[in-house]
Amino acid sequence: MSAAVKIEVRGLRKSFGPKLVLDGIDLDVRQGESLVVIGGSGTGKSVMVKCILGLLAPDAGSIKIDGVEATALPASARFNLMKKFGMLFQGAALFDSLPVWENVAFGLIQGHGMNRARAKEIAFEKLAAVGLGPEVGQLSPAELSGGMQKRVALARAIAAEPEIVVFDEPTTGLDPIMADVINDLIVKTTRGVGTTAISITHDMASTRKIADRIAMIYKGRIIWSDAADRIDRSGNAYVEQFIHGSAEGPIQMEVRAL
Amino acid sequence: MLDFLAAIGRVFLQFLAATGRFALFTVAGLSHCVRPPFYPRLIARQMIDIGYYSLPVVGLTATFTGMVLALQAHTGFAFGAESAVATIVALSVTRELGPVIAGLMVAGRIGASIAAEIGTMRVTDQIDALSTLSTNPYKYLVVPRLIAGTLMLPLLVFVADIIGVFGGFLVAKYKLGYNPGGYIGQTFDALKSDDVWSGLAKSAVFGFIVALMGCYHGYYSRGGAQGVGTATTYAVVSASIMILLFDYVLTALFFSS
Repeated sequence: MSAAVKIEVRGLRKSFGPKLVLDGIDLDVRQGESLVVIGGSGTGKSVMVKCILGLLAPDAGSIKIDGVEATALPASARFNLMKKFGMLFQGAALFDSLPVWENVAFGLIQGHGMNRARAKEIAFEKLAAVGLGPEVGQLSPAELSGGMQKRVALARAIAAEPEIVVFDEPTTGLDPIMADVINDLIVKTTRGVGTTAISITHDMASTRKIADRIAMIYKGRIIWSDAADRIDRSGNAYVEQFIHGSAEGPIQMEVRAL
Repeated sequence: MLDFLAAIGRVFLQFLAATGRFALFTVAGLSHCVRPPFYPRLIARQMIDIGYYSLPVVGLTATFTGMVLALQAHTGFAFGAESAVATIVALSVTRELGPVIAGLMVAGRIGASIAAEIGTMRVTDQIDALSTLSTNPYKYLVVPRLIAGTLMLPLLVFVADIIGVFGGFLVAKYKLGYNPGGYIGQTFDALKSDDVWSGLAKSAVFGFIVALMGCYHGYYSRGGAQGVGTATTYAVVSASIMILLFDYVLTALFFSS
């Protein structure tokens, strides 16, 4: 028997002015599954995730989290719902006015009302889980390299042991070795502990490592979705072109001649 | 012709949208000011930033304002009239120049800093990160600044009033050769408590305006470094204009009768 549906998206539409970004997204993410959404830049991956997280209001469609319609929630219920989520932002989005440990403990202190001493202990445990020593906890985010910032952001995302973790381009801007370290950490911190994960990326090495299931988004629609081990036998020309990174194929980049 | 009308229509609709967005932001900010949770640690930090660290610049401008007023009053209006100079300095500083000049200086210093800080948080996804960590950005970012701005500017202005009057006294005594005891006596005779209170009430409104404009323009900034720069400029310019506008409205309200 397959696991329960954790996130159910139906007919999700979002436009910015005349530009239609999401054109009726249908997507299910099951409990404990790691879904990776692939697609080129500007295809609507980030907008879709922001709609799921309630950071953007969709124009139409339904988003259910554990069967609860999330698009019509009042603000206070929305902030409560966010306790189920952890999020790793593409640029880490660490609070530069706070030291590293307080960044990691932020959700525990502010969102869950935990006392600072206990939250600090957990923050250092999570920093250790992503391979960062206690000395890093006292530093400012500006003193860290890009890879370390991503690791701190990962520690922050998993600090409250959320039911759902969202990874937005987790390896973008990192060297291949650090990208693999982040991939390993994502697998280690989410797989086997019942955490549902949604990642959006165009890094195929990362996708192959962290995905149980892969969905491809193109022009605001999910055009293919299947188990991760079927990606090389998708039979879909768009997926084929994307995973091989070929300029030739049905996906045509809008490039203006000089 | 149709294109021209369409362009006017677009500008008008954009104006209405921006006005509505600003009104909603103001109402949301005010309503969160009276609903828990509160962040006393953040409010205290903002009070220090807005109040304590603005003291040197406000004090300096108040000193020179009082000094210039004394000179102008002596040379322009009342040669040798000690009582007129003391009265003009005391009333001008407490009723008008103390609140307005402190408001404008704080708009430049704090309004810009609030817009830059919140704007940078916006363009680097830190505000979205707050939401994903179950923290309401209004309560965490906007409310502490609104409360601190509203409470601290009157305190700053109270200090500025004293320093400004003292600046006038220095010029009166050392440059114009007035009798110090007489000047001080005239100052206290001229001042009524309403003069001071009206200035402090004005400055509370100015403090709210400065913080609100900084928060609003920072919160809705977009487009990276350039967007943050634009937000900072808008925050200072709009706060300065609104301070002058509300100065007139409040003066009319307090002194029309």
